[in-house]
This record gives sequence, C-alpha cells and structure tokens, in this order.
Amino acid sequence: MTPTPAVELRGITKRFPGVIANHDVDLTVSRGEIHAIVGENGAGKSTLMKILYGMQRPDEGTITVEGDRIDLKSPTDAIEAGIGMVHQHFMLADNLTVLENVILGAETRKGPLLDLAEARRRITELSDTYGFRLDPDRLVEELGVGERQRIEILKVLFRGARILILDEPTAVLVPQEVDELFRNLRGLRDEGVTMLFISHKLDEVLSIADTVTVIRGGTTVTTVDPADVTARDLAELMVGSELPTPETRESTVTDVVQLEVAGLTVRDATGRTAIDDIGFSVRRGEIVGIAGVEGNGQHDLINALLGLVPLDSGRIVLGGVDITHHSTRRRRESGMGYIPQDRHREGLLLPEPLWENAMLGHQRTVPFARGPWIDAKGAKERTETILRSFDVRAPGVGIPAHALSGGNQQKLIVGREMTASPTLLIAAHPTRGIDIGAQAAVWEELRVARAAGLAVLLVSADLEELIGLSDTLHVIYGGRLVAELDPAAVTAPELGSHMTGAGKGAA
Amino acid sequence: MIRRIATHLQRLAHRVWRVSRRAVLALMAPVLALVFSIAMSSVFLLLADASPLEAYSQMWSYGTRSDSLVSMVNRAVPLYMSALAVAVGMKMGLLNIGVEGQYRIAAVAAAAVGSWIVLPAPLHVAVIIITAAVAGMAWITIPTVLKVTRGVHEVISTIMMNFISIGLTAWLLANWLDSRESSSDLLLATDYIPESGRFPNLNWLIELFGVELRAGTNLHGFVVVAALIGVGFYIVIWRTRFGFDLRAAGINRQAALVSGVDSKAMVAKVLLISGALAGLVGISQMLGSFYRYTVDFPAQLGFTGIAVALLGRNHPAGIAIGALLFGFMERSAQILDLEGIPKEIVTIMQGIIVISVVVAYELVRRWREAQAQREVSREMPEATQSTTEGLPA
Ligand SMILES: Nc1ncnc2c1ncn2[C@@H]1O[C@H](COP(=O)(O)OP(=O)(O)OP(=O)(O)O)[C@@H](O)[C@H]1O
Ligand SMILES: [Mg+2]
Repeated sequence: MTPTPAVELRGITKRFPGVIANHDVDLTVSRGEIHAIVGENGAGKSTLMKILYGMQRPDEGTITVEGDRIDLKSPTDAIEAGIGMVHQHFMLADNLTVLENVILGAETRKGPLLDLAEARRRITELSDTYGFRLDPDRLVEELGVGERQRIEILKVLFRGARILILDEPTAVLVPQEVDELFRNLRGLRDEGVTMLFISHKLDEVLSIADTVTVIRGGTTVTTVDPADVTARDLAELMVGSELPTPETRESTVTDVVQLEVAGLTVRDATGRTAIDDIGFSVRRGEIVGIAGVEGNGQHDLINALLGLVPLDSGRIVLGGVDITHHSTRRRRESGMGYIPQDRHREGLLLPEPLWENAMLGHQRTVPFARGPWIDAKGAKERTETILRSFDVRAPGVGIPAHALSGGNQQKLIVGREMTASPTLLIAAHPTRGIDIGAQAAVWEELRVARAAGLAVLLVSADLEELIGLSDTLHVIYGGRLVAELDPAAVTAPELGSHMTGAGKGAA
Repeated sequence: MIRRIATHLQRLAHRVWRVSRRAVLALMAPVLALVFSIAMSSVFLLLADASPLEAYSQMWSYGTRSDSLVSMVNRAVPLYMSALAVAVGMKMGLLNIGVEGQYRIAAVAAAAVGSWIVLPAPLHVAVIIITAAVAGMAWITIPTVLKVTRGVHEVISTIMMNFISIGLTAWLLANWLDSRESSSDLLLATDYIPESGRFPNLNWLIELFGVELRAGTNLHGFVVVAALIGVGFYIVIWRTRFGFDLRAAGINRQAALVSGVDSKAMVAKVLLISGALAGLVGISQMLGSFYRYTVDFPAQLGFTGIAVALLGRNHPAGIAIGALLFGFMERSAQILDLEGIPKEIVTIMQGIIVISVVVAYELVRRWREAQAQREVSREMPEATQSTTEGLPA
C-alpha cells in the first residue's frame, strides 16, 4: 500500500475572463517531499497554488489533503488544514519587529491578553529547530531580503503549517542566500514538512526538488524525477525551446559618457551612511552591472539617481547636463528609464487597466498625453504594441494589472520602459519572475538597445545575467563600490565571494 | 446594405444592453442599502411609537410636491459641493475633515465682501463666488503647510481649524460685521448683499413646464454652477495628466513618486482645491435666498458632505445622486413634526444609509465577481485553449 499523499489535486479547472488559467490539472504531492512546479509565465502556477491556499475557488475539481477531501473557502480554511503560503511578494510590516510580524493575525493569548512570552518561546524554538537564526526583537526594516524571506516562512510555520507553498522565493536572492534558504528547506523536509516550490531558475529547481511537475498552457504536462533530467530538458518541456544564456556579443561601448556619478553619499532616515562616496560612469552603448547582496546600498543608489532621496554630497551628470538638483520628473523626462526591483511597490497601479499602467512614468509624453490631456486612444494603441512586442499575455488592454501573472506584469514594465526609448535605463532585476524563454527575449532587447546607444545600469541578483550582459562590473558592499571586475574574466563563484566582501584583496 | 444595417443595429443593441446592465449593477448597491436602511429605520420608528408606513407615505406625498422638489435641489447643492471637496482629497488618500470650517469662513468672507461692494450684476456675483473660493482655500492653507513641511496629519489639523473657525466667525460677526441698528434685533447678521450680487433663480425654467410654484419658493441658480463644477471635476480627474498623477498618487504613492509625481506639490494642490470647493458650499443658499450671513447659517454641511462623498464613491455622478437623496430626506422630514414624529429620525436614517452603502458595495462587489466567474465558465466550453497555448514562446 502506498502512503497517503500530502496533497492530491484532481481535475482542477479555473477560468478567468478570456483565459483558462488551469485546465484539468492533476497533481500529487507525497508527504515530506519538495515538489517543484515549473512552467512559463502565465502557465497557471500561481493560480493553482492560490487554489490550494483557498485564495481562489476552482471551477471544477477536488482537493484532497492528507487523505481528506476538503473544500477551501478562504486561506483561513487552508491554514486550518495545515497549508501555508509564502507569496511572490513579501507581506511584512517594516516598522514592526520580527516577533510582531510573525504573530500578527495569529496572536497567542492568555485570557484577553497577548501572551508574548509564549510567542517568543515558540518563535525561538522554531527558529532554532530549522536553523533560521532570527532575532525576534529586530525591526524588519533593518533586515535583508534573505532574512525577510525566512520571516515569511517562520510566519507560516508559526501557524502550524505542515504543507508549505513557496511562490518564487528565490527571485531576488543572490546565490549565497539561496544556499542558506535551501539548507533551511532541507531541514524542514527532514522534519516531515511538505513543500511546493515555484521557480524560474531551473538549476535551483534541480538542486532542491525531489519531484518536478511541468505545467504548460494551464495543464500538467508531466512529472519527472530531477535526477533524470537536465535544465535543458526541463526548458524544452516547458516552452519547447532551448535554454538561453546571457552572453554579450561584440562590444558596442562608445566614448560618449551618458551618466557620470561622482562622490555620491547618501544617509538614510536614521543617519546611517547608506551609500558612501560612490563614483562611476556609464557610456552610451554600455551596460554597467552592479553586483551585491541585497541591502548593501544598491537600492539607495537607485533612489539617489532617481532623485527620490536628498544627497549628502556628490554630483550626477546625465547626457552632459548636471541633474543633481533636478526633480524626479525632470530626470525621467530627460530620458531616464526605470525598471524597479519590486514591481508591485514601485511599478504598477494594480487595480487600474493595463493602458494606464503603460503610461506610468511617461504620462506627460506622446502618445500617452496631448497637451494637458490624457490621450486614451494613443495610450491604448501604444499598450497594444507593448503587449505584442514583449509577448505580454493578456486578453486586452482594459483588464486590470492585477489580473496578469507575475511574469507578464514584469514584461509589461520592461516593455513600457524600453518602448519609451530612454537614453539611460536603470534596470533592477529586469528579468525577475520572467520565464527562461521570455528572459532571452528581454536580454536580446537590451542588447539591441545597447547597440543603438542605450546606456544601462544593471542591478541584479542573477550572477549569470550580470556577467553575461555587462561590459563593466562593479561590486557594491556596505554602501561602497569595492571592486571593478572584467565580466569576460570573472566566474560566478569569484563574483559571489567579492560580494560578501571576501574578495577585497583579489580586486 | 440591409445586412450592414442589421449588424449595426445588432451592435448598437448589444451596446445598449451592456451599458444598461452596467448601470443596473452600479445602482444595485445603493438600492440594496436604501432598502436595508428603510427596514432599519422602520424599527426605530416603531420604537418611537409611530407607524412606519404612515410616516413614509407622509414623507413621500409631502416630499414630491413641486415646492418640496425645489427645496430638495436647493438642499442638495451645498451637500454636493461639500462632497466634491471631500472627494477630491479622497482620490489622493487625503481626508479633509475641515470642510465645515472652510465653508463657514468662506461664507462670512463672501457676505462681508458682497454686502460691502457694489458692482454690475454678473461681476458682483463673480466677485462673491471667487471670494468664497479664495477664503476656503486660505483657511486650508495652514493644514496644507503643516502637512507638507511637518508631516502633520490633515485630519488632525483640519479638525483644529474647525474649532477655530467657529470662534472666529462668531467673533467677526459680533464685533465687525454686525449690522443691527438696535439691540432689539435678535438675529446677529451681516448686511444684505444688494440685488446685483444675488444669483438669479431658475423658477422660469420650472414655469416653462407649466408648473405653478408657491410664493416664496425659488430654485437657486447656483445649481448650474455646481453642475458645471461637477463636470469639470470629472474631466480633470479622469481625463487630464494632472488627474492621472492625482489618482496614481492615491492608488500607489511610491509608484507615483517613481513616475515623477512630486508628492508634496500634489498634496498641496489637492488640499487647496479641496478648500476652494469647500468655500463654495454656503454660496448657493447665500446668493439664492439668505443674501447675508446670520448666526444661524446652515451648519454641519461639511460633515454631511463626507457621508455624501462615501455614498457617491467619490464620483461626481454618484455624489449628485447621494446629495439629492439626502436633500429629499431632509425636506420630506419636515412633515414628520406635524405628525408628532421626531424628524431627527431622518438623521438616523441617513447614518444607516451610509453604513449600509459601504457594506452593500462590498457585498455587491463579491457577488459580481462570482457572477463574472460563472459567466466566464459558461462562455468558455471545456475545449477552449488557454491563451498561453499555441503562442510562440
Ligand atoms: N485575478 C485574475 N483575473 C484574471 N485573470 C487572471 C487572474 N489571475 C491570473 N489570471 C490569468 O491566469 C493565467 C495564469 O496566471 P498565473 O498567475 O497562475 O501564472 P503563473 O504560472 O504564476 O505565471 P508567472 O510565472 O508569470 O508568475 C494568466 O493568463 C493570468 O493572466
Ligand atoms: Mg506566478
């Protein structure tokens, strides 16, 4: 007799206006395994997981957990059944402590009062058992992404989850953080926790998963043992195309400096030096990569370039014009494109239609506006163009942005910024959440634009992407640029060690 | 040829069907809320020992008299302006609780200036209206500056300004603007605004339809200005770049900042616009029937405006309906006293309506989502492929 599977989905179908997100999906997840789900953007992975977490109701099909048929009306029901979900986007309150974030909504009580001691005890216990190394009293805003990720997982475990859904948990983690996360996940598996894991990084999938299920066009195509397949095989199963690698063709770097930054220093709200005396330049036709573990100042650097934070000192020159004191709007209108790290926080108006989202950041220029008026017709036409040329899969330009899958939202943003023909593109994790097929297309777009003279500042956690695309590579650590490396000569592990501040001597 | 016409007609019919369906769906929540609040109010009426049926039929027959309908519109206009003032802030996530103070100050300023100057008619009216708008704007300047430079929450500062405005208007009226010749006049009031500063009424419009109005009834002409402002509100918020920035900042502040919206400037502009709209709240009645500011000038319009804005979901059309509804209720309640029923019951009713509208919108939203889902399931048979399939990778 085979043991009861932890999760059994049978015949799940889910339709949205114009789209069948899931179509007759079958999925069996054994107890205590890490089960990866892969598939291209919009294949229906997140939808399937949201169904299992009670956030969406299936139109058809059954859900069986630990042998019991259950009907999930809401996430509360799912939590009751021992299912927890860590979302694609962090959902933490920055100004609360780890402890407060974890217990929010699941408060332990002694009579009418909060029982913080009990909560702290359980958090410490969980954290120790799984090697999470989290201090319950730290403020979340002081923590890096790796730690935030662990808080999200802890939150779910605290609520008693035995089945964990992780939707693209590694999207902005650098390799070291991924390794640490995977150690934690293996620890959880050894304790009998079942995990469903979504990622577009196929190498990671192969290294962590016990079983891999491929979803394509809303249905499960096949389930394979990772030992039997290569990343290339998986890619072919997903999209029927080969695995792309980012590699720069011949250099197109010109002598014309597009962005010149000198002596840039910024203090954050608490007075801590966020970036310290940063200087570099980006020439037309050049891609300059910034490598670093999240939280070492890359975001502060971007904010400074965009004019969102006051500078302590320093100068920024764009296309020969000193823009140090220009407003964000003036900077953006003088050709500064921006692909944000967090698309929900900085890139989209989620409840608004796609065509209004395509305007964001360009709302005062043709074809989005005419004089003081919004040109809805022009905007819609432009949006159609973006959807077509960047392969954004959406039933129309009028649907709200939240109806797009994560990867398609990202493609919309990339398309919006590229189509506006910027002179400088600040790209933070440009391919975050984008499937490998579309990734290749984005890389190609970047190369074409670069050949046409675009200057790009690239921040990414994907070291292959950084090495493959960049003409020049800087390492940021503790708010300083600590090394400049030749992307043609450096390997990913070398770059990784530089990023932890270890490679200083080697630079 | 005939076929072309047929397809055109078909398309037209489809459009009409879609639009009317949308209208029905949009009206569902308010209607649901209305039904619920009538039921709740009936309970209160029963508690007050009155027959709900009797009360409602009295209200209806009195409220639908021609002079009552005129009064309904006259009462709705200030509420409409007040709700617009609140709504423009809400669109950006700002809550101007200070409409109350802004319109009082503006009304005093308008009465003072209007009774003091003499100008040719249209100019005189224009000066009074502009004075009111500027005064309302001036009164919100302090909260605006505090918000932009010090980050003081506008709710707190505008509430404070409300208190100050009560004291200030009373003091101005008693010490500077008092027009009484002898102290035997009981009502503290400013001078009258001369004929040239009064807004012509629209009675001729009603009489055009052959309806005879009772003496003393007059439809305030300012309703035309209010309607135009409503149209302007819609155009600015939904059709201009400025409106886009404003809405973007209301939906996702950080994304708006990144897109180049200057958040502080935007906050300042929106609060000042809100103050200017608030300044016009009292003008309709002042230029239409009072012609001066008195100590018993209508109060509470600013707070009721918040309720009306909620009712109308910050949309000028919705707000118009909400304001007319409130106007109708307030007018028709006047009959209740004669029936020995406390007319305050209507205030309770209004409160219940607002709460139930908020709840009803949420319920209807969920129901519509489920409905849309069901429809999609029906329209897309099993065999249809997901859009993701068949497209090039
Ligand atoms: N709330 C919604 N309303 C309408 N359509 C939706 C909604 N959520 C998802 N969809 C559609 O369902 C399909 C599947 O989306 P889903 O988010 O499951 O994709 P995914 O596999 O997670 O993709 P990605 O890798 O890009 O995150 C997409 O075509 C998407 O547009
Ligand atoms: Mg997804």
